[in-house]
Amino acid sequence: MSRPFSPKVVTASDLLEGDVIYLAADDTWVRDLAQAEVLTDEADADLRLLLAQSQPHRVVGAYLGDVRPGPDGIEPAHFREAFRRRGPSNYAHGKQEAYADV
Amino acid sequence: MYEYTEFDRAFLAERNAQFRAQVERRISGALTEEEFRPLRLMNGLYLQLHAYMLRVAIPYGTLNSAQMRQLALLADRWDKGYGHFTTRQNIQYNWPRLRDVPDMLDALAEVGLHAIQTSGNTIRNVTADHFAGAAADEVADPRPYAELIRQWSTDHPEFQFLGRKFKIAITGAEADRAVIRAHDIGLQITEQDGTRGFRVVVGGGLGRTPMIGQVIRDHLPEADLLPYLEAILSVYNLLGRRDNKYKARIKIMVHEHGIDEVRALVEDRFARIRPTFTGHDRQVLQDIARHFAPPAFDRAPTDAFDAGYAADPVFRSWADTNVAPHKAPGYGIVSISLKAHGATPGDATAEQMRVMADLARTYAHDELRISHEQNVILPHVHKAHLPAIHATLKAHGLATANIGLISDIIACPGMDYCALATARSIPIAQEIAMRFEDLKIEHDIGPLKIKISGCINACGHHHVGHIGILGLDRAGVENYQITLGGDATETAALGERAGPGFSAEEIVPAIERLVHAYLDLRETPEETFLQTWRRLGLAPFKAALYPAQAVAAE
Repeated sequence: MSRPFSPKVVTASDLLEGDVIYLAADDTWVRDLAQAEVLTDEADADLRLLLAQSQPHRVVGAYLGDVRPGPDGIEPAHFREAFRRRGPSNYAHGKQEAYADV
Repeated sequence: MYEYTEFDRAFLAERNAQFRAQVERRISGALTEEEFRPLRLMNGLYLQLHAYMLRVAIPYGTLNSAQMRQLALLADRWDKGYGHFTTRQNIQYNWPRLRDVPDMLDALAEVGLHAIQTSGNTIRNVTADHFAGAAADEVADPRPYAELIRQWSTDHPEFQFLGRKFKIAITGAEADRAVIRAHDIGLQITEQDGTRGFRVVVGGGLGRTPMIGQVIRDHLPEADLLPYLEAILSVYNLLGRRDNKYKARIKIMVHEHGIDEVRALVEDRFARIRPTFTGHDRQVLQDIARHFAPPAFDRAPTDAFDAGYAADPVFRSWADTNVAPHKAPGYGIVSISLKAHGATPGDATAEQMRVMADLARTYAHDELRISHEQNVILPHVHKAHLPAIHATLKAHGLATANIGLISDIIACPGMDYCALATARSIPIAQEIAMRFEDLKIEHDIGPLKIKISGCINACGHHHVGHIGILGLDRAGVENYQITLGGDATETAALGERAGPGFSAEEIVPAIERLVHAYLDLRETPEETFLQTWRRLGLAPFKAALYPAQAVAAE
């Protein structure tokens, strides 16, 4: 039996800014994981990744990142993705900086 | 200090214009990422976890105050107000935007700096002893040779597409402060029978297969430097493996073929290309060497130093720990620690960069150095100026008296920034430094080098740390392996793995147990951690690291 498909999001780096972005259900790119489209079907995920990879003028290095349900919505399944979502731990830079401004 | 010629300036301007056009073509869609990637890497531009990263070369670690001020300007104008100095004498900016990078490179060119060949499968920034030209134990200043190698290797058509990156380090002293035995090629200036030459070491490197370099020529005549380097590179370019990137470094070639076979091939190649070097390189070297004449050293009394040393214990501690012997009477070499307890190793704010630049201009013959240990050096300081320098450093968080001590930690950026990392390095370094600062025992512990890498690629030199820490991903959790007994100097050695790794919560207490064990085990307060390790080996340290297992085994 094949392993069950764990939920994923399409994530990449923005070509101009270099920051972390996620693919939303309306085909736009968003900077907040909470607004990303969660993919629970493998075939669907592959199609969404193909869409991302067809936008080299907009994004770099698109891939499928594992997510899981958390108390406040989806959260990254791996600590690497958690750092990408938040920013570095030595300064409040990156995405956590943007959140602090809100 | 080397000053760019018209040729150098024109070359760099052309190169920067070329890269600007490449960036524009990438943004317009004319270049794919696959096409653009090798071009941006050749110009020091990475794409990391949160942003682009621009790695700027500080050739052989030497800067003047104008260059340091320009590094500060880049940090303020195009980054987040700081820069990160690395183990290869580079500075990294962690937050540039793609459109801004050509402007950053143009700003660097204004002061004779660049990011060329700070990445990619080319000959990288040539590193050197950070005490070069100042050290009391030096045969000769290695920097003219380093500059010659920089000019020779920059855009060298034969070596732009090597099997893998290639790193050269050079020292002019027997005491190795440049880790030459862990480089693809290490060079040491030597004198034999009154003639100058080089001990040439080849095949060293850290990473996933760490190796200590081996001597391929014990005394290469000085005039043969470039043709011999070219011979080594040429043999590597053809013989080195390209089937597997993890086996593509020259260390693997030397390991698989043996140093004797490699030496024979290099000598054969050398014999063929030596005649093509007809003296132009010698002329260029002479021109370069003129730029590195020692400054006019002052002959002043050191009363101000003596008075400060007697009166102020904080200054005394700093002077004892951070000032090294200089070749000129009355002078010292100042190491400015970028390792304030709890700070990120190697980071300096733009303001701190400007402060250090001003100190260099006012008191230190306008020279600064960046060490591979991620500190900043004022190489030529008359001791009379030390109290004033210390006071200024103190006012800007730069007077930590910890050079060579347990909190003077090398740490790579780790998973806080690096796309290759498997775990974080910086928070571990911060916690260790804070822990031993709280205990107030780091001066009692004495010389102890901790080096931390956030992945197997070993940018943090963990294999050659007295205590090395390697961060790994174990089933989705950060895990830290300890190696012991590594040595980065002329008595180079690779550390021995101590046992199973520790979690992020366990690693600092484990280091504390290790250090307390050393304090109990040393025969005298003068016996260093490394000496105790060499006397006793792994067993007593392992028992301290894994007390539960030790009890179980009894």
